[in-house]
Amino acid sequence: MSEKTIAAISTAQGEGGIGVIRISGENALEIADKIFKNINNKKITEMKGYTAAFGKICHNCEEIDEAVALVFRAPHSYTGEDVVELSCHGGIYLTKQVLRAALSAGAYPAQAGEFTKRAFLNGKIDLTEAEAVIDLISAKSKSAARAALFVKDGALRRKIDSVKNDLLSITAHLSAWADYPEEDISEVTDDMIIDACKSSILTLEKLLSSYDSGQAVKQGIDTVIAGKPNVGKSTLMNLLSGCEKSIVTDIPGTTRDIVEDTVLVGDVILRLSDTAGLRETEDAVEKIGVDRARKRLSQCGLLLAVFDNSRELDGEDRVLLDSAKDVPSIAIINKTDLEQRLDISYISNNISKIVYISAVNGEGHEELVKAVEEIAGTASLNPSEGILSNERQRLAVSNALSSVEEAQNALSLGMTFDAVTVSLEDAISELLELTGEKTSDEVIDRVFHNFCVGK
Amino acid sequence: MTTYFAGNYDVAVIGAGHAGIEAALASARLGCKTAIFTINMDAVGNCPCNPSIGGTAKGHLVREIDALGGEMGKTADECFLQSRMLNRGKGPAVHSLRAQIDRRKYSDTMKHKLELQKNLELRQAEITEIQKSEHGYTLTTRMLAVYECKAVIIATGTYLGGRIFVGEVSYESGPDGIFPATELGKSLKNLELPLRRFKTGTPARVLKSSIDFSELEVQKGDEPPQPFSYETENLGENKVDCHISWTNENTKQVIIENIHRSPLYAGRIEGVGPRYCPSFEDKIMRFKDKPRHQLFIEPCGLGTEEMYLQGMSSSLPEEVQLKFYHTIKGLEHCVIMRPAYAIEYDCVDPLAMNATLEFKDFPNLYGAGQFNGSSGYEEAAAQGLVAGINAALKVLGKEQVVFTRDNSYIGTLVDDLVTKGASEPYRMMTSRSEYRLVLRQDNADERLTPLGYEIGLISEERYNKFLKKQEQKKTEIKRLKSTVISPTEEVNNILVSRETSEITTGVRLIDLLKRPQLGYEELKTVDTNRPQLDPNIFEQVEIEIKYEGYIQKQLKQVEQMRKLESKLLPKIFDYREIKGLRLEAQEKLNKIKPLNIGQASRISGVSPADISVLLIWLAQNK
Repeated sequence: MSEKTIAAISTAQGEGGIGVIRISGENALEIADKIFKNINNKKITEMKGYTAAFGKICHNCEEIDEAVALVFRAPHSYTGEDVVELSCHGGIYLTKQVLRAALSAGAYPAQAGEFTKRAFLNGKIDLTEAEAVIDLISAKSKSAARAALFVKDGALRRKIDSVKNDLLSITAHLSAWADYPEEDISEVTDDMIIDACKSSILTLEKLLSSYDSGQAVKQGIDTVIAGKPNVGKSTLMNLLSGCEKSIVTDIPGTTRDIVEDTVLVGDVILRLSDTAGLRETEDAVEKIGVDRARKRLSQCGLLLAVFDNSRELDGEDRVLLDSAKDVPSIAIINKTDLEQRLDISYISNNISKIVYISAVNGEGHEELVKAVEEIAGTASLNPSEGILSNERQRLAVSNALSSVEEAQNALSLGMTFDAVTVSLEDAISELLELTGEKTSDEVIDRVFHNFCVGK
Repeated sequence: MTTYFAGNYDVAVIGAGHAGIEAALASARLGCKTAIFTINMDAVGNCPCNPSIGGTAKGHLVREIDALGGEMGKTADECFLQSRMLNRGKGPAVHSLRAQIDRRKYSDTMKHKLELQKNLELRQAEITEIQKSEHGYTLTTRMLAVYECKAVIIATGTYLGGRIFVGEVSYESGPDGIFPATELGKSLKNLELPLRRFKTGTPARVLKSSIDFSELEVQKGDEPPQPFSYETENLGENKVDCHISWTNENTKQVIIENIHRSPLYAGRIEGVGPRYCPSFEDKIMRFKDKPRHQLFIEPCGLGTEEMYLQGMSSSLPEEVQLKFYHTIKGLEHCVIMRPAYAIEYDCVDPLAMNATLEFKDFPNLYGAGQFNGSSGYEEAAAQGLVAGINAALKVLGKEQVVFTRDNSYIGTLVDDLVTKGASEPYRMMTSRSEYRLVLRQDNADERLTPLGYEIGLISEERYNKFLKKQEQKKTEIKRLKSTVISPTEEVNNILVSRETSEITTGVRLIDLLKRPQLGYEELKTVDTNRPQLDPNIFEQVEIEIKYEGYIQKQLKQVEQMRKLESKLLPKIFDYREIKGLRLEAQEKLNKIKPLNIGQASRISGVSPADISVLLIWLAQNK
């Protein structure tokens, strides 16, 4: 319980200059080392307390952001435990990414009030403050009770229940078969377990992918608008956002920095970055802008690659098309009001979704909305299917999924059923935790209900 | 009427069934002057139900009792008729030993052991009254003898307020036609122990010569059979066979036509029966679609022709029993020697007890066995051992022992009873343990013998033997790590025949053993330098190597639970005083008074948020 290392976003959720992800607990330094690459290669576990390092946050070998890591060693920290605070660029999307990296590196999502609770338990806060902590936790348990109630009838609950029931049927059958070998209980076959695993994996995977779509609805997709200078990116952005945020001129290279705005496109929130063009340049200031644009582009959740209908494809367009292969992209053919000189078939070989617009006339807006919704998965996102709504739920489902996969692997390796059961029970307990149930006797109840066993 | 003073005792045990026997032996062996009372001297260690010891999870309990220096395993070995390791092929966690035993011999052997035990006195007497006294408890017998005891263990089984039901017939009785204990219950009620009624039942015994075995499936014992006890060296041969038959549509028809005559269905039984141990009519009514049910025909001993019909428990009238038994293949002309019956009895709500099995509100008063709401000989013996050890330690002024979920099925059983309670007679099952791959029947000695030695129930000699075995095990693992097997044709032929991949370079023996398809048996021809060791060592080593990852995983969970269990909660405290706990949690915590945070977290109705509040409160009041 209090021994687990926890992590959470410690700054207010929303737009801000910086975001802080705090990791606290026995393994805080090790976990930070897994996701933070110090610029001078020094490990966080080797750093002293009250020191800082500059470096990059990586998840699955991909850079998420640059960050400053502040190291606090127990007991000299807010919670009294080892603590690492990662200060990265603000914004919901980025901080969530960093948090997710920390969670997949082994941290658990902190419960409301948990840092404070630990601070108290470790003697960092005095007695008078303890009352407030208790209030916080009991208030939390009340709101959790309300939330659980809400979840109880919801689509998510039904989804989770169906997986849980599939797995319970199998474990109950396994346990009846093992506990009552002298009853004529039908044998549990590998196929029965594999079938249950397969369907559970499918449902859990679907839920996980719905989380990203759900997040797209809730928190927005990091979207980059890119294209060579003067192709009309800023005009497009203004069209989308409905306000002039970038400096729009006809002189190439006037957009020098990443400017952000959040817009609602259909169901989807796009967090737009209007970038500088990708052309080679000697201008030092512009060069910085171009470099940043490239980097942003490689990390975004959606790329709107803008092309000029009236000009022929050039090297810069090709560079853009090349980078579009690695990220979800929509090709925007702008200036359809002008005569076509663009080789559209070359574009469609690289980006399958093409939308024709005239930013000047406002044409193609609907098609763009449709394309964005398709890419974000919200077009197929049916709220009645059940959506994971927070990081805790996502982690539980993701853990359950890996436990089921582990069971499947064990089986294919030829392990005996008692080993397979260990993994299946792990999955069930993750799901029970998610739905707020705490019944260790579920399996046994199922045995008595479904199987005729006796003396 | 005039009572007389019959003596002072450290520990008195009421009841000489499987719980009472282990309790009395443990107490006497730890040096306490102990008395054990039985209503009938011929009913000591009686097996009123199946003539067998062990079975799934129960076999684990017997091994654990033996590892701690208890008696059940040894006596079962001495009286065994046939033995089988159940669940072979389903994995080591669920392997369970079960032995058919000679039930009269078992009873006689146990009685004789009690008689021979130093510090122990066996008495035929019905305890009719229990009263608190200055230094413990005063027990009075029906013959008006008065015993002064420092500690008392109640192990009354199904005798306490026992009532038998057979169809419309019902009368006060213990099992097998023995007197029930009719007065003691009133006395316990006066003490305000939370008593309630439970129910169980047993099938008929039929005459062997009236059974036609010619078309029945034979079930033989294992060759060679394995003993329960780590001390048994020569178990001998299997002596009997069991037989299997099946019920059919006609059997079902008889039951359905006569179900109104069942006392349970007619509402005459108020006791709660176990779901896992239903009468045959229960099975038919609850699982109507099932066309047939299996039954086992088991001999009750070598010196008797009584045969036990496992699976055919019933409380229908005798004539109906006869009718439905006669529909079964092989039993068409069977003669019932003892009819099946249901029995209802008084037992206590185990939530009133600590994990030492001492009553929270009655210091030095302990309970064990069916009286605590469990069912089964092995469950009873396990609790008897726990209660006996703790009553003795308490009287001796030593610290009591709590068995834990991570060291034993015994600990799991006791923790379940005193933390979750028993809403029906509690039976041990492997699925009750969350640490199954750690708590295996093969490693009971490794888990518990050091503890048994520390308590004082394991002799120096046996302990040294145990240490030697552990040393040999270590050496063997070292050998497996350092022995390299070359990729010869012989080796690869074995690998291919076991459907596992061939080797091209030298591979350590330990890595070959990790493969699920390979074991010591398969590798014996290529493992030329294998030492001569106790087969149990090979078994343990192989399992530990093969299941290492899973065992580690469970050990990690164990570690987390231990941390929570090291946070102790006060024994006397009103949880209503803690602000922030939910009402349900306050009530449950007040009722159960968990020893530590870990136990509290297992109580249904105590949420993780409540546990947080408790942790803070604990830190506040350090």
